[in-house]
Amino acid sequence: METILEAVNIVKYFYDPVKVKVLDGVNFSITKGDFVSIVGKSGCGKSSLMYVLSTMDTDYEGEVKIDGVSMQRKKEKYLAKIRNEKIGFVFQFHYLLNEFTVLRNVMLPGLKLNRYSEKEVEARAYEKLQTLGIGELALKNAARLSGGEKQRVAIARALINDPDIIMGDEPTGNLDKKNSELVFDIFKQLSQQLNQTMLIVTHDPDFAAKTNRIIRMEDGKIVDEQR
Amino acid sequence: MKPKLLFNIAQSLLMARWRQTLIAAVGVTFGITMFIALLSFMSGLNDLLDGLVVNRTPHIRLYNDIRPRQHQAVTKWPAYKNDYPIISSLKSGNVRQEIYNSGPIIQDLEQNKQVLGVAPTITAQVFFNDGTVAINGVINGIDVAAERKLFFFDDYIVAGKSSDLNTIPNSIILGKALAEKLVANVGDVVQITTSTGTIFQLKVVGYFQSGLNDFDKAQSYASIQTTQKILGKSSLYITDIRIKLHNINEAPALAKTFGRIYGVDAEDIQTANSQFETGSFVRSLISYAVGITLLIVAGFGIYNILNMMIYEKMDTIAIMKAMGFSGRDVKTIFLVIAIGIGLFGGGTGLLAGYGLSVVINHIPFHTAALPTVKTYPINYNPLFYIIGISFSLITTYLAGWLPARKASKIDPVVIIRGK
Repeated sequence: METILEAVNIVKYFYDPVKVKVLDGVNFSITKGDFVSIVGKSGCGKSSLMYVLSTMDTDYEGEVKIDGVSMQRKKEKYLAKIRNEKIGFVFQFHYLLNEFTVLRNVMLPGLKLNRYSEKEVEARAYEKLQTLGIGELALKNAARLSGGEKQRVAIARALINDPDIIMGDEPTGNLDKKNSELVFDIFKQLSQQLNQTMLIVTHDPDFAAKTNRIIRMEDGKIVDEQR
Repeated sequence: MKPKLLFNIAQSLLMARWRQTLIAAVGVTFGITMFIALLSFMSGLNDLLDGLVVNRTPHIRLYNDIRPRQHQAVTKWPAYKNDYPIISSLKSGNVRQEIYNSGPIIQDLEQNKQVLGVAPTITAQVFFNDGTVAINGVINGIDVAAERKLFFFDDYIVAGKSSDLNTIPNSIILGKALAEKLVANVGDVVQITTSTGTIFQLKVVGYFQSGLNDFDKAQSYASIQTTQKILGKSSLYITDIRIKLHNINEAPALAKTFGRIYGVDAEDIQTANSQFETGSFVRSLISYAVGITLLIVAGFGIYNILNMMIYEKMDTIAIMKAMGFSGRDVKTIFLVIAIGIGLFGGGTGLLAGYGLSVVINHIPFHTAALPTVKTYPINYNPLFYIIGISFSLITTYLAGWLPARKASKIDPVVIIRGK
């Protein structure tokens, strides 16, 4: 199996207000097609781990390898390119850009990547929205959508560049039961039909229970793993 | 990476906040408008005031000054060769005021490439007889064509035509104040008495008004030929040669050279009127200082609005960074916003500044000093517009730079986690 993401002995400290070790030697790897959830109590370091893995947080010890390439001591511009090309994000809050339409929001990472022409990116964005069942919202302003709709747009945006891995930080944390299930179904569908690799941080046990692999964290360490 | 995308995002952010943007741009517009209008107006006034002096003053004047002879008889006496004589009660000698060889000197000057033009003149002290009253006055014998070309003579003629001095024999143009004293209308004949007692009848063909009433009370103009006739001198008699140069700054050096070559006294404009340059320099300085202050204030406005925009758009910036936009991209976006405001505000400012200048240029402005000036003067120098737009772009760039840098340094993790 091809390893997409690898964490080697990750150690991270928080310095404010006092020095606290939030990650204490985390080791694990994710192979292609994995649908992984990280669970744990508040403050166990699961979000911190995800931000280290996402390349957005560079203040850590140890090594993160994405697609076999170490992210250690890489320039900010290079990391931005990696995020653009290989990682798709879904956050607890949808973080759509209210200045743009839904379609444009989905298109932005694609335009930034500049692999396809603007026309093609637009067509791909439409296609992603259709797949997620929100094609008819494409030309609406992002600010006018409901919470569940926004999160689905955010997933479409995460998918636009066909990323190696999708990372989610509590993607259902801010949604009601019905929408949570809807979003989970989408993730499930992505995993099964498209063999999309996914790493989701959550504290929702129901959500975690339905994923292929559960990593349980406590005090900055991985304490348990279930398949 | 397509710059088009960054422009596009910058534009969307701008349009989403178009009211704030407009206010920022209006600040710049106001600054540039005032800068252009103020500078054009001040510079126009400067030119006008400088013109009062410079237009009518020769850059170099050649003449023979009245002074004691340099070589007194005693210094030529061989017996006292090694002594230093002290002569008391020394008097100015009977120096001829006529410039020797004036014809060849004028010819030589006209060949000189640094010289714009040469105007020979004669001054004659006369009395104007009005009934029983004799008014002291001066007749300036002039070469009308040269005077018009070099000293804007026609600008000061308020009645009649200067060319009549050449076409009508024994004609004179009187200072307006003098004409009022003599109750002489255009077409009337005035009688003058020269210092040697000769009486002449001269026909008044016009008035002139210099702006200095005292000057106008005593001065009058006639052609060189008429003046020579009044003085009873030959047609070679010239007392002053007035020179205009291409470059006014060469006057002091050239004055020395001419004085030495032609053996006459030479006075340059800088020596004759040393104060006028200081005045115009200080006035320009003040208008530039005020204009630039306005632009800097506008710059602070832009700085504020961009700063606010960045606080508002923290989430947007964070998510853009998560999506793969680098710090530099974010910085570019905010700089484009700042420069966009500068370009738009500056551009409208240039137009509004031009408009305001035109308006000022149509406000009536009557002054006795300048009979030909009817409205406030404006100098439409393109340089002001170039300075204005460059400065607006530089100010907005600098005002945008700090907030843009701040935006580029935003840590997306802090923002995203903070929720």
